[in-house]
Amino acid sequence: MTETDTLERPLTKVLPGAIDCDIHPRSPKLDDLMPHLDAYWRDMLPERDIDRLELTTMPTSIGSWALPGGTDGVQDAASLGKSLLDPTGVSAGILNLVNGVQALYDPYMSTAICQATNRWLASDWLDRDPRLRAGLVIPFRNPEAAAEEINRYRDDKRFVQIIALAMGEAPLGRRDFWPIYRAAAEAGFALNIQPGSIYRASPTQSGYLSSLVEEQVHQTQGFASQIASLLAEGVFTEFPEMKTVLAGSGAGWLFGLSWRMAKDWRGARVEVPWIKDSPDDIIARQVRMTIRPLDAPPDPADGAELIDCIGSPDMLLYSSDYPRAHPDAPGTWPAEIPAEYAAQICKANALATYPRLEVTP
Amino acid sequence: MGKHVVCRVDEIDIKMGKLVHVEGRDIAVFNLGDRFAAVSNKCPHEGADLCAGKVFGFPEADGPGCYRVSDRLMVRCPWHGWEFDLETGRSYVDPNRVRVKPFDVSVSDGAGLAEGPYQVETFEVETDGKYVIVEV
Repeated sequence: MTETDTLERPLTKVLPGAIDCDIHPRSPKLDDLMPHLDAYWRDMLPERDIDRLELTTMPTSIGSWALPGGTDGVQDAASLGKSLLDPTGVSAGILNLVNGVQALYDPYMSTAICQATNRWLASDWLDRDPRLRAGLVIPFRNPEAAAEEINRYRDDKRFVQIIALAMGEAPLGRRDFWPIYRAAAEAGFALNIQPGSIYRASPTQSGYLSSLVEEQVHQTQGFASQIASLLAEGVFTEFPEMKTVLAGSGAGWLFGLSWRMAKDWRGARVEVPWIKDSPDDIIARQVRMTIRPLDAPPDPADGAELIDCIGSPDMLLYSSDYPRAHPDAPGTWPAEIPAEYAAQICKANALATYPRLEVTP
Repeated sequence: MGKHVVCRVDEIDIKMGKLVHVEGRDIAVFNLGDRFAAVSNKCPHEGADLCAGKVFGFPEADGPGCYRVSDRLMVRCPWHGWEFDLETGRSYVDPNRVRVKPFDVSVSDGAGLAEGPYQVETFEVETDGKYVIVEV
């Protein structure tokens, strides 16, 4: 595309061959998981009436959260191909499952269901469409088992990242989770943080919220806290090669955090002397964000300035967030992002973020 | 450039600072134990008096939790903790833009001061004392 083309015809569709970094498969039900469980859990899960693994913050079974294709979202790989991958012309799409497995207390049940879910993702989705990739679900309640699960998939490069929640088990920087990051970093997985809470603690410092709209906007605080935690506790320092991808976080809020941390670092550096570079530089190097939703200013003309404030167009990854509802059709190029960045945001940035992601040109 | 006698060495306790005025400048002089150091007194952040700051060895880390204190001595601003190297005046966080001016400091016997090129502005020099000399 020449510059003249861009000026005359604004980019309206994502570029062909783009990599969609945030797609949500339906949550597996008990019947889906049964073939992938061992004998004990095949007995126990029906015994305990565990079927839907719905996460309270992502209640896909209730009307206002119902997704296209039924209350459970996209049913299978074939319908995802028809409804999203074919029409948008992407070369690859990453499935990120967000469900109640994140919220289980029992570390062993959590491990068993994570393992079964990953097998289901491989057999029912990845094996059925070569364009599909996935995030690995891992038990944060059981870090050793989580690291083993990551190592188990070391050679299956269709799994490109591990899934965490913005408001999950604990601040993600905690050393308890470092065996997970060590395994992930060694095998080239990225850390993917999705919106969602498991209500281990109140979502805010001052207590629980009253309405859905508060819950929605509060996700931003969850993401911000996780970036601060990963930075301050030294995960970014210890695992510099592992990118952290904020999915569905919006992007427009990030610079307030990175500027503030850069400023406070000037006085508080002594507390965390392993942070040797300014936090805004570290965030720009190691944090990536998907572009749907974007939280951009109302005037698309301000989009370039927003990206400049966030840090760099290198930090943004194309995503549809499908099948979550957005005002425009999946595959629509956001008017706020200048077309000159389309090539890198659609593909090059994803390849740089996910060393495991191999796409045929 | 002139050498100025600013105080007796025993006027500043070890690891403490003192504000002196030389040729219209406010200068923070510090006793580092085996030597003295001096930098311009005003923190470039919001103007606090660095003479009231804490003198400390620069904390570093080889990795998260692996703390180490180096020999490099710094002063920490009493207001917001910004750090300045007492030899170079430079901050760690932004050495080229966030910095204070360093001054050469020496110690001299009172006896020698009677003959040298020193300027004594505010007090009598006794021949048996030791004095801090700041070069401005």
